Amino acid sequence: MAVFINEDTRLLVQGITGRDGSFHTIQMMEYGTRVVGGVTPGRGGQRFEGPGGRSVPIFDTMEQAVRETGANATVIYVPPAFAADAIMEAADAGVPFIVAITEGIPVLDMTRVYPFVMERGARLLGPNCPGLMAPGQCKVGIMPGQIAKPGPVGVVSRSGTLTYEVVFQLTSAGIGQSTCIGIGGDPIIGTNFIDCLAAFEEDEDTQAIVLIGEIGGTDEQEAAAYIREKVSKPVVGFIAGQTAPPGRRMGHAGAIISGSEGTAAEKIETFERNGVRVMRRPSDVVGLIREVL
Amino acid sequence: MNIHEYQAREILQAHGIPVPPGEVVETAADAEAAARKFGSTVVVKAQVHAGGRGKAGGVKLAKDPAEARQVAERILGMEIKGLRVNKVLVAPAEDIASECYAGIVVDRASKRPVFMVSREGGVDIEEVAARSPEAIRKLAVDPRYGLLPYQAYWLAASLYDGIQQQRQCAKILQQLYSAFISSGASLAEINPLITTPAGEVKAIDAKFNIDDNELFRRPEIEALRDTSAEPEAETHAREAGLTFIKLDGNIGAVVNGAGLAMATMDLIKLYGGEPANFLDIGGSSNPDKVVNALRITSSDPNVRVILFNIFGGITRCDDVANGIVEARRRIDIGVPIVIRLTGTNEEKALEILHEAGFSATTSMDEVVQEAVAVANG
Repeated sequence: MAVFINEDTRLLVQGITGRDGSFHTIQMMEYGTRVVGGVTPGRGGQRFEGPGGRSVPIFDTMEQAVRETGANATVIYVPPAFAADAIMEAADAGVPFIVAITEGIPVLDMTRVYPFVMERGARLLGPNCPGLMAPGQCKVGIMPGQIAKPGPVGVVSRSGTLTYEVVFQLTSAGIGQSTCIGIGGDPIIGTNFIDCLAAFEEDEDTQAIVLIGEIGGTDEQEAAAYIREKVSKPVVGFIAGQTAPPGRRMGHAGAIISGSEGTAAEKIETFERNGVRVMRRPSDVVGLIREVL
Repeated sequence: MNIHEYQAREILQAHGIPVPPGEVVETAADAEAAARKFGSTVVVKAQVHAGGRGKAGGVKLAKDPAEARQVAERILGMEIKGLRVNKVLVAPAEDIASECYAGIVVDRASKRPVFMVSREGGVDIEEVAARSPEAIRKLAVDPRYGLLPYQAYWLAASLYDGIQQQRQCAKILQQLYSAFISSGASLAEINPLITTPAGEVKAIDAKFNIDDNELFRRPEIEALRDTSAEPEAETHAREAGLTFIKLDGNIGAVVNGAGLAMATMDLIKLYGGEPANFLDIGGSSNPDKVVNALRITSSDPNVRVILFNIFGGITRCDDVANGIVEARRRIDIGVPIVIRLTGTNEEKALEILHEAGFSATTSMDEVVQEAVAVANG
């Protein structure tokens, strides 16, 4: 088994005919993900041509797409101006798991989206995230499938390419992953570290967890406290931005140090105090994971 | 995006909040003329995107127009935290009976806009929060309903004892909320919110940070951008679709993704080097972006080596390789380039680079050590 997705995931793609949406739909289908359809308003009734002569239906609305395909997950590639609406449409259509890849959604839009999604009982991953993959079973989003392999390590991260770096280090050393999750770098996200830690703790196939954080906010500190209380599996951590100058935004909206909260030093110290082993460099993950497995 | 104090004051005024008059000028002569017009003691304030203006000598009182001229002469052209002052705000000095703080920020934890108000105005709210958190009243607003009248009154009642001030303040807080929402801000503060001896409540100084993601739908806010108030290299980078922050070291770093870029800076330090910048080329890999990234990093005279660290996902390594080769043809880079590329289309990229006489590795540790050796050699 894996976390949040598996072989039974029936996925819709919102924005399936767009540049990113179409490219990654093909990538996901090649990986083995069960893509059951897509949504692009005005293109309903057409079909999306996937790899190997396979094609899937396109719908005008999520309501219709869910009704006709029985989808239980959706991934969103629509542009920022329409992404908040796309997330809410998915939640209203009853999709229980929504992955929002879109980067650049205004944070005030997300203050309205978040309660809307929660009230409908759906789980949102992202926005501004690379998605997730259960190696050998299913990938949803934009992670490069070839860097991962099945195995016992659960990986959760706020960053995209830094996640790839760590997963690549693990795979190169022969250590596989149960699920790799990118939760996204925005200030308001649907699924946080604690949600993923709880899921990994429950998951039988996960024996150790890698948590990749960065400067800004207090999510890592809260995760550390949760690990101490509730997580019995070993956790290895990393914090990016140890040398970042205070008060400057480093690409991710979340990655800004202000005031006394959110420095790398504070986060590393909190990790260590709560039993999380901390890597100094991404390549340290291999040695630390070998020690705990 | 940052905007200036005078622009923030204009937003407040447009939403009906009482703000005393003021004039923005770019010369000492105009500062003198403005002071003469106001006919009273004035305050001359540097308009620059940096905190701590007062401590840096960027805010001064002037008793008469001649003094306003002298003060403006000193402030215009001065540097505050590395940023040159090109404009000053001249405003009549107010008689102040009390100073409060009122602000709204998007809060990550509650995932809502949160109001913060305090009777301790005129100082940095983060200091107040650290020293006496009980002196701040907070309220998370449900964005679907906005700031309700009773909530505005509840906040106002913590700032003022008299009903007249409480009512004025409650109205200002509702206006501040609508200014915050309609300008797409991630932070909006009035500091200080003063009372005059006659009992009027007014906003003296204001600060807005705008969410960059809002700008596509708010051209009137984008128009407030003052490119003369930010470092030139950062303007070029933004126009080229790159995220760039200048630092003090000598290793220029070009990376895809913010997290990996930060981790690269950290690794440079760990191996005994100093990064010259943070530069994220983002998810797309248009070769032009790579050319611009090289142009920006190589124009820093401190840079002794440029380090590429690319993990291809959405970014295709061959696009980056083509960009590097193209950049060498078009610009004089002048320093060695060390390259790490792995991920999508890695083989193609290595072929392109080798043909052009570059070498590349797939290990992040190796490439950083190599860059540090060149920079320190």
